[in-house]
Amino acid sequence: MASVAPPARTPFARVSRDIIGALWYSDLRFRLMMLILLTVIGWAGFAWIYQIKFGMGKAGITHPVMWGVYITNFVFWVGIAHSGTLISAILYLLRSGWRTTINRAAEAMTIFAVMTAGLFPLVHLGRVWYFYFLAPYPNQRLLWPNFRSPLIWDFFAISTYFTISLLFWYSGLVPDLATIRDKLKGASGLWGRFKEKVYGYLSLGWAGTDTQWRNYRRAYLYMAAIAAPLVLSVHSVVSWDFAMAITPGWHSTIFAPYFVAGAIFSGIAMVITLSVPFRWALGLEDYITEYHYDNMGKLLLLTSLIVGYAYVAEYFMAWFSGDPAEWESFRWRALGEYMGPFVIMVTCNVLVPLLCFSRRIRRNIAAIFVISVLVNVGMWYERFVIIVTSLAHDYSPGAWGLYKPTWVELSITAGSFAWFLFWFMLFAKTLPAISVTEVKESIAEGVWSPGDRKEEA
Amino acid sequence: MAAHETVTAVYDDIHAVIGAVRSLRDDGCEDISVFGPIMEGELEDAIGKPPSPVRRYALIGGLTGCIGGFALTVWSSYYYPLVVGGKALASIPAYVVIAFEMTILFAGISALIGMMIHNRMPTLTLHAEHRPDYTDDRFGVRVVCEPRSTATIEEMLRSYGPDEVRVER
Repeated sequence: MASVAPPARTPFARVSRDIIGALWYSDLRFRLMMLILLTVIGWAGFAWIYQIKFGMGKAGITHPVMWGVYITNFVFWVGIAHSGTLISAILYLLRSGWRTTINRAAEAMTIFAVMTAGLFPLVHLGRVWYFYFLAPYPNQRLLWPNFRSPLIWDFFAISTYFTISLLFWYSGLVPDLATIRDKLKGASGLWGRFKEKVYGYLSLGWAGTDTQWRNYRRAYLYMAAIAAPLVLSVHSVVSWDFAMAITPGWHSTIFAPYFVAGAIFSGIAMVITLSVPFRWALGLEDYITEYHYDNMGKLLLLTSLIVGYAYVAEYFMAWFSGDPAEWESFRWRALGEYMGPFVIMVTCNVLVPLLCFSRRIRRNIAAIFVISVLVNVGMWYERFVIIVTSLAHDYSPGAWGLYKPTWVELSITAGSFAWFLFWFMLFAKTLPAISVTEVKESIAEGVWSPGDRKEEA
Repeated sequence: MAAHETVTAVYDDIHAVIGAVRSLRDDGCEDISVFGPIMEGELEDAIGKPPSPVRRYALIGGLTGCIGGFALTVWSSYYYPLVVGGKALASIPAYVVIAFEMTILFAGISALIGMMIHNRMPTLTLHAEHRPDYTDDRFGVRVVCEPRSTATIEEMLRSYGPDEVRVER
């Protein structure tokens, strides 16, 4: 928590002081947390090396379930990555003022989630050192990737999404980095001068002239305008990894909208889950308030209703199709060996979020935090249920089977959460986790302004 | 041409800046620069400079990506022909996905490059008129004018309650 700061002369100066003042401060709790995360990442790294050395047999995936926890994690993390650009781009285009305090953290989350998701296709590869075969490049074998394959679409979609999200996030940061640079001007000590230099380079020489702002605002608008359809396309493409196959339970036209809604749902839940601890740790309670959780709760509720509708529609279509294999797949999904994950999925994704109909619950930060954690759990299980139950129980009863993850898969899964949190915590300590510029814009436009709890105290 | 003078006023409220810039424009001043921690559409309109050229970059980048995406996929299908079931070599519907992603990628990158070129970024030397508090809570309005109108402009800027007004001759 930041120490007591001198009073600010204007509301704008107060915003800079509060948000930038929360940076760099590192206490024992933070170091301890980082140590735990690094240990888990190290363990997961060991598990991966073990798998590379002894082969994919060390993972639980085997015939007929060749996609297990790794692909579950891949889809889960790509889903988490969706809220960032949704909050930044779509809500920016819709001029929703409340996005300003959470968009930066959500965008950072997007980048780290894509970084995490991108690891899983590699972990899933038997011979990971050949992963570059996915990229189209001239080679001596005269071979090019099969552009009809959804897996290649995925490669293009995910790498585009990562690049555009990173650029969008960074361009949003530039004016804030300039603010930090100017705040650090004349800093003393080796560390202070080093910080001044680094933030100076990162701010690219931003001076806030009207010409710069004009070009910048235009570029930002275009980035937002192209990022919006990109968000929708990325998870559609991920869903086609499944829907393009004829496996019962996957081969369905509802998959793209169903996955996109699910992705936004899980992403919003992750924003809530992460923002509650970080607003507390950085002392930013005046900036992320009940008002923001109220709005996020509404978004959570809306997407939950869409996801719930998709669950029901899937069953209806399986029944209405009259296809015995399809119907059996769905019957087994709910009542077979994987009934437990199915029940968790429906409870956490459809029933629990209904609590958000209550305004009191939406504005109760502890309650919405618990709901969001449950939604994260539920969405992980949703991916698991879709992937594993369909593969385990397809057309031929002779080929049915069950899947159980091994310690290697579970370690790498735990490692992915640690990896994601590690980057997020590093980000929250070194870059402004709330957009200084956009909060000032909100104040100037009279849309919203920070609370006064800290000032009064 | 007579030597020019520069009047700079510093405000702490964007609405005062909008008012001041509007009055200056109504009075016929052309050479106005504004510095500040934020920008609003209203202020941009008041300054009244032509629209940003960044949009052309985005368009050209997007078209390049779209054409490039289709070109790469179609060309590589014919370069190493594998006829499966007598179907056409190029599968346009499948290639739309690749072309779409490349459109977005190229449009985004080129919009950003356009912004950097026209903003003269990255640079190690800041704008000569830059002050550290322009990225914090102050707005600067800088007018280049002829000596005979300096007094009127200074008075006009003062009427919007600036923190300070500076005249450079």
